[in-house]
Amino acid sequence: MIEAPQQEPRLVDEAAGVTVQAVRRAFRTRRGELLALQDMSLRAAPREVVGVVGPSGCGKTTLLELVCGLQKPDAGAVLSAPAALMPQRDLLLPWLGALDNAALALRARGLDRRRARAAAAPWLERFGLAGFEHARPAHLSGGMRQRVSFLRTLLAGKPVLALDEPFAALDAITRAEMQAWLSQVLESEPRTVLIVTHDVEEAVVLADRVVVMSPRPGRAVAELEVALPRPRRRTDPEVVTLRERALEALGVRE
Amino acid sequence: MKLARRHLPPVLLLAALIGIWEGYVDLKGAAFSLILPSPHQVADALYHDRSLLWSSFLLTAEEVLLGTLVACALGFALAVAIHFSHAFRRAVYPLVVASQAVPVVILAPVLAFWLGFGIGPKLVVVALVSFFSVVVTTVAGLSSVDPDLLKLMRSFDAPRRRTFRLIELPAALPGVFTGAKIAVAVSVIGAVFAEWNGSDAGLGYLILTSIPQLLSARAMAAVVILALFAVLLFGLLALVERAALPWAYQPRGEPS
Repeated sequence: MIEAPQQEPRLVDEAAGVTVQAVRRAFRTRRGELLALQDMSLRAAPREVVGVVGPSGCGKTTLLELVCGLQKPDAGAVLSAPAALMPQRDLLLPWLGALDNAALALRARGLDRRRARAAAAPWLERFGLAGFEHARPAHLSGGMRQRVSFLRTLLAGKPVLALDEPFAALDAITRAEMQAWLSQVLESEPRTVLIVTHDVEEAVVLADRVVVMSPRPGRAVAELEVALPRPRRRTDPEVVTLRERALEALGVRE
Repeated sequence: MKLARRHLPPVLLLAALIGIWEGYVDLKGAAFSLILPSPHQVADALYHDRSLLWSSFLLTAEEVLLGTLVACALGFALAVAIHFSHAFRRAVYPLVVASQAVPVVILAPVLAFWLGFGIGPKLVVVALVSFFSVVVTTVAGLSSVDPDLLKLMRSFDAPRRRTFRLIELPAALPGVFTGAKIAVAVSVIGAVFAEWNGSDAGLGYLILTSIPQLLSARAMAAVVILALFAVLLFGLLALVERAALPWAYQPRGEPS
């Protein structure tokens, strides 16, 4: 048995980026081959937040799974520091309280329950979940569940976070709150982040750079720098302008 | 008031069924009551044969409880193996299903030859008829885990076994309980059939020997005890399940 590390949660010791180079990924289905990604390229510098937007079914989730090493590309290359996934649905375990759900990533690495809890507990407080340590998911609000889910991915201790439509299931007000909250967290806990979303506004509010993908087979068709100070509001004129440009790249006319 | 509203329907239904039964047997006359004894005759038998019924019950209860335990352990182990190995699933699952078609009378001589006439062959029969439900519900529970959750654990670098222990095993527990609840009810009838071969005691043996002696009220009294025992075991398991897995228990809103 290897002794688990005693010190405070070692979250990330080095920053590292992501490079996706001319990737092709196809799936075999009953009706033939389904080409999810074709000639998809993308780069995220260390500690950069990259928003990936595209129409539904354009291979965004496939892209994240490639970055997390859960799939292999058929052609091209994926170079990434270790990445942890935050799935679209929170996927919290219904039999565990918030603390144990957040600590799941630590237990996955082999920490026993006591150590995993001790390491996760201070974070719960930081994430505004104090008092809900033992509340099961059924008793948490949507926003709280999403925060527990994000904390779980953060505690996996990987330099890259792959967020798959993290706030898609939330109502508009909670979503705006959670976007502001995520911005703050990433400021104090910087990571290389790929955040996939179909909400262009969300990408512009959160990301340093927005990559726009084409419909299937997905590939990057445009890239927008978001050199705006944080915190950003969705009503800021610059945000609105960038949003328009991204929508245009997506082929949406308003 | 609330208590009455909850317990009144089952009590009324039971009383009505007993009443109809009593009236029907009375109508048919005394000879018919040798085929189907009336409720008051069964109650008489329950009282007069109480020591015989009790000692028979103790043996049958032992067979049911031990047999169900064997069934749960075996069923669970098989389910885990089926869950982990496609080859095992393909090779063994059809045999598991086929085992349910084997009549006890065919097995009895072989079991007597191997295990004699003690409790051993009875446990085998009880376990054989009741392990199936545990296998099926546990396999379903183990594979009920969202595939995305398994992907998430892989992105957290969890080894396969740890994912099983942390996620699939707890997720399967409600299924295990469902299987066990079906198993206890089936085990009771399994024990009765088991005692019809190579046996000289137990409620099943009592039923088998009472009928040719025209002691049908005694046989029916044994059935009543078996039925109550099945209900009791089922209820106990439901209570344990609710205490152990509160997250899986969704209280249904009572209509007001």
